[in-house]
Amino acid sequence: MKRVQFSSPYLPYLFLLPQMTVVFIFFYWPSVQAIQSSFYLEDPFGFGATFVGFDNYLEAFKSSHYQQIARFTVVFTILVTVFSLSIGLLLATTADTVIRGSGPYKTLLICVYAIAPPVAGLIGMMFFDQHIGPFVTMAAWFGWDMKVGIDYVDTAFAMIVVAVWKQIPYNFIFFLSGLQGIPVSVREAAAIDNRSRLGRFRTVTLPLLAPTAFFLLIINMTYSLFDTFGIIDVIVKDKAANNPITLVYKVYMDGFRGNDIGGSAAQSVILMLIVLLLTVFQFRFIERRVHYN
Amino acid sequence: MHKTKVVDHLILLFGVFIMMAPVVVAFMTSTHDALDVHLHGLQVTWGGHFTDTYHEMLTKKGGFTGEVTGARMVMNSFILGVGFAVGKIVLSMLAAYAIVYFRFRMGVIFFWMIFTTLLLPLEVRILPSYDVMTKLGLVNTYTGLIVPLLASATGTFFFRQFFKSVPDELLEAARIDGAGPFKFFIDILVPLSKTMIAAIFIIMFVYGWNQYLWPMLMTNEESFYTLVRGIKQILLVWVGSQIPEYNQAFALAILAMLPPVLIVVIFQSWFIKGLTESDK
Amino acid sequence: MAQVTIENVSKSYAGDVRAVNSVSIAIEDGEFIVLVGPSGCGKSTLLRMVAGLESVTEGTIRIGERTVNEVEPAERDIAMVFQNYALYPHMTVRQNLAYGLKNRGTPKAEIDKRVAEASRILELDQYLDRKPRQLSGGQRQRVAMGRAIVREPAAFLFDEPLSNLDAKLRVQMRGEIKQLQRRLATTSIYVTHDQLEAMTMADRIVVLNGGHVEQIGTPLEVYRAPQSAFVASFIGSPAMNLIAARGEGGRLVIGDQTVTMNGAEVPNGPLTLGVRAEDMALASGNGDGHVEMAIDYVEELGASRLVHGRLTDERLALSLPSGAPLSDRLSITLDPHRLHLFDPDSGRRI
Repeated sequence: MKRVQFSSPYLPYLFLLPQMTVVFIFFYWPSVQAIQSSFYLEDPFGFGATFVGFDNYLEAFKSSHYQQIARFTVVFTILVTVFSLSIGLLLATTADTVIRGSGPYKTLLICVYAIAPPVAGLIGMMFFDQHIGPFVTMAAWFGWDMKVGIDYVDTAFAMIVVAVWKQIPYNFIFFLSGLQGIPVSVREAAAIDNRSRLGRFRTVTLPLLAPTAFFLLIINMTYSLFDTFGIIDVIVKDKAANNPITLVYKVYMDGFRGNDIGGSAAQSVILMLIVLLLTVFQFRFIERRVHYN
Repeated sequence: MHKTKVVDHLILLFGVFIMMAPVVVAFMTSTHDALDVHLHGLQVTWGGHFTDTYHEMLTKKGGFTGEVTGARMVMNSFILGVGFAVGKIVLSMLAAYAIVYFRFRMGVIFFWMIFTTLLLPLEVRILPSYDVMTKLGLVNTYTGLIVPLLASATGTFFFRQFFKSVPDELLEAARIDGAGPFKFFIDILVPLSKTMIAAIFIIMFVYGWNQYLWPMLMTNEESFYTLVRGIKQILLVWVGSQIPEYNQAFALAILAMLPPVLIVVIFQSWFIKGLTESDK
Repeated sequence: MAQVTIENVSKSYAGDVRAVNSVSIAIEDGEFIVLVGPSGCGKSTLLRMVAGLESVTEGTIRIGERTVNEVEPAERDIAMVFQNYALYPHMTVRQNLAYGLKNRGTPKAEIDKRVAEASRILELDQYLDRKPRQLSGGQRQRVAMGRAIVREPAAFLFDEPLSNLDAKLRVQMRGEIKQLQRRLATTSIYVTHDQLEAMTMADRIVVLNGGHVEQIGTPLEVYRAPQSAFVASFIGSPAMNLIAARGEGGRLVIGDQTVTMNGAEVPNGPLTLGVRAEDMALASGNGDGHVEMAIDYVEELGASRLVHGRLTDERLALSLPSGAPLSDRLSITLDPHRLHLFDPDSGRRI
């Protein structure tokens, strides 16, 4: 904080008022309500609600459908995170060594960051389209009869491809800025101490990139869990029946399509806990990192 | 030495190819007419129907109710993007100013209350949020579209970080020069933050423009549709017709991505700076 | 123009840290006072209390006849020059100079007049429409000075204003600030950790250590008659030699050697002997009262040479003319009237 600060009995509150109002009405109120209604069974037609304790949670955990979706979410998250992180890292380290043309490469590689997930989903759908999609044609060369939107695995495949494609630029940006944050002197020292480029990367660059990588790991997990909603929604087009969906999408489906308010709220709370866990983990780590420096 | 350079360029070119090819194909296909695409699939060459496709897409009444045009959706997207960015900047600058530059007892509590909003994304509280909006009568309004999205701390954090990096002596000099809290904010702090404001504006505009889930919940009247929000419905109607209008679907996608992509490309350095420094 | 009076002023922070401990300084109208001391001695805190940037825990600060303890910085009729200049980066030089006056509601014509006057004195005329980042370090320093001048304050406060400049520029600006202060005859309080700056600029020096005043005096008083071992070691370059010694029957004994005192009084018991490098000379011939010194190494300074060695076990530096003959051991005499004796426990002068 500043050595010298203003002191005023009302000004700071005045300045905080707009932000706090918005935070209270649109963050705290709904969050509390989500927790509350997760313990109630609400009548779909709006005639009151009964307290049911943890029934909504138990129901969710016991449902084989929910378990299946949870399993898919885990697999989806792992695959998207691993692929988008490794491709992003590969491109960033390569772009970092190239001097000529690095500007245009960089620009072209980060463009896709600005594309909204559902728009990415739309483009993906066209590429996986039954009639005109080139990916379907290519799959057919290998005897793969790809039916995105109908076949469970094929749809999952398309979702992952689109989700990875959309996330590569983000990882690229952060890895590249992390790499460029490594002081030139350290690189030069490493170049003198180690002849092999791969060896240098493994022993010097990678450890120095570890904080960035960890930060991105968490971000990519939250991305896969939440931000992919638009991609999934465009690809499954409300027909979730046989298609793979993630936990967030199920919250949405149960709440808005199925009118299962209590169940949807319980699932929301479960997701809240997952995010909380991820964030706490992240801050613990960052704190430790700060202490090291 | 020489050989690795070539490999590097090949890797990067391949990267550029996988990132950009879908976008290029989408654009090229949108310049063909619907029948052409239906018969021959996706296109990689210029089709010559650019004006037709885009004119029709912008002016044709689409959607289920036939009430919304592409142009209307473009306008809504701009309202959301700009409204969100401006709102975010105003709210978070004021809040950060209070937290950094004032000594007051509740400061720490407020800080943590704002901080907590970082923990839970909108996606985990959609249904109760929707309930709150219904109670407040904000469904199908621009207020309902924009204001609830402001309930997160990212901007406040960014400005707090920046204000803390402003040298203490500047405030001290200003106080000796007779500047009070308002004067210091307007005369010194806001002009000093110009670059930061621009960077935040860019990031927030892109973020607002690209919103999907919230507009989907908040607006069921098609006249409030943004481009990104409208994409699925429009898709279902257009692509579901006799000869699917893939060209127009792609034109819509191109239009939905054009402003954010242009902004990111043009203001690349600000954008990257803002992004990497605010998120960490 | 005004006197500045600091009376029994103390500053405590939370956790009972006492940064300034009952300091009293009476500063005359038009006087140039330098507060000097190592980092953490409380000199900046004291200055910032005068400026009104820190609250006063105990005591009174008066500017002119007015007690200013509770007065806002802007109302104290002072101007401050900061170490990093604290120029407003988005304003031109002209706007930087005018900002404080504008806030005080000074008429436009008057502002223009004062800005023109200040920029003429500081030779900033041609830079008035530039932004601070387009200026060199020395020019920025001048703008910071200008911002103080235009206010025509009762007192100038300087917080290490030269420490961001390179050595050569520092010497030049030192002279400029001193001259300017003479010309304007404005009461000034100047904080620095550099004893050379204090010596060359001050009318009177205040040496601070650990939050309290060690000594107040003119540069020569402080140099010639340091009131404590701390002041002796802090003021002057090379630092005064401080040697453990003892008094035995009116004679001064260092290890197994004895210094003749030619009538100067020496109390019995352990002592700290202070002697400046230039207050020793090579002994001519062999005789009583000479002390023997073993030489470790020699620094050539051009006009003189600085000889480092040991007197019994105590380290010692000795300044000799550059032509002086050297050997492994030197026989030297100490000028008894230029010796300083300190109490080894309290550090006070005896």
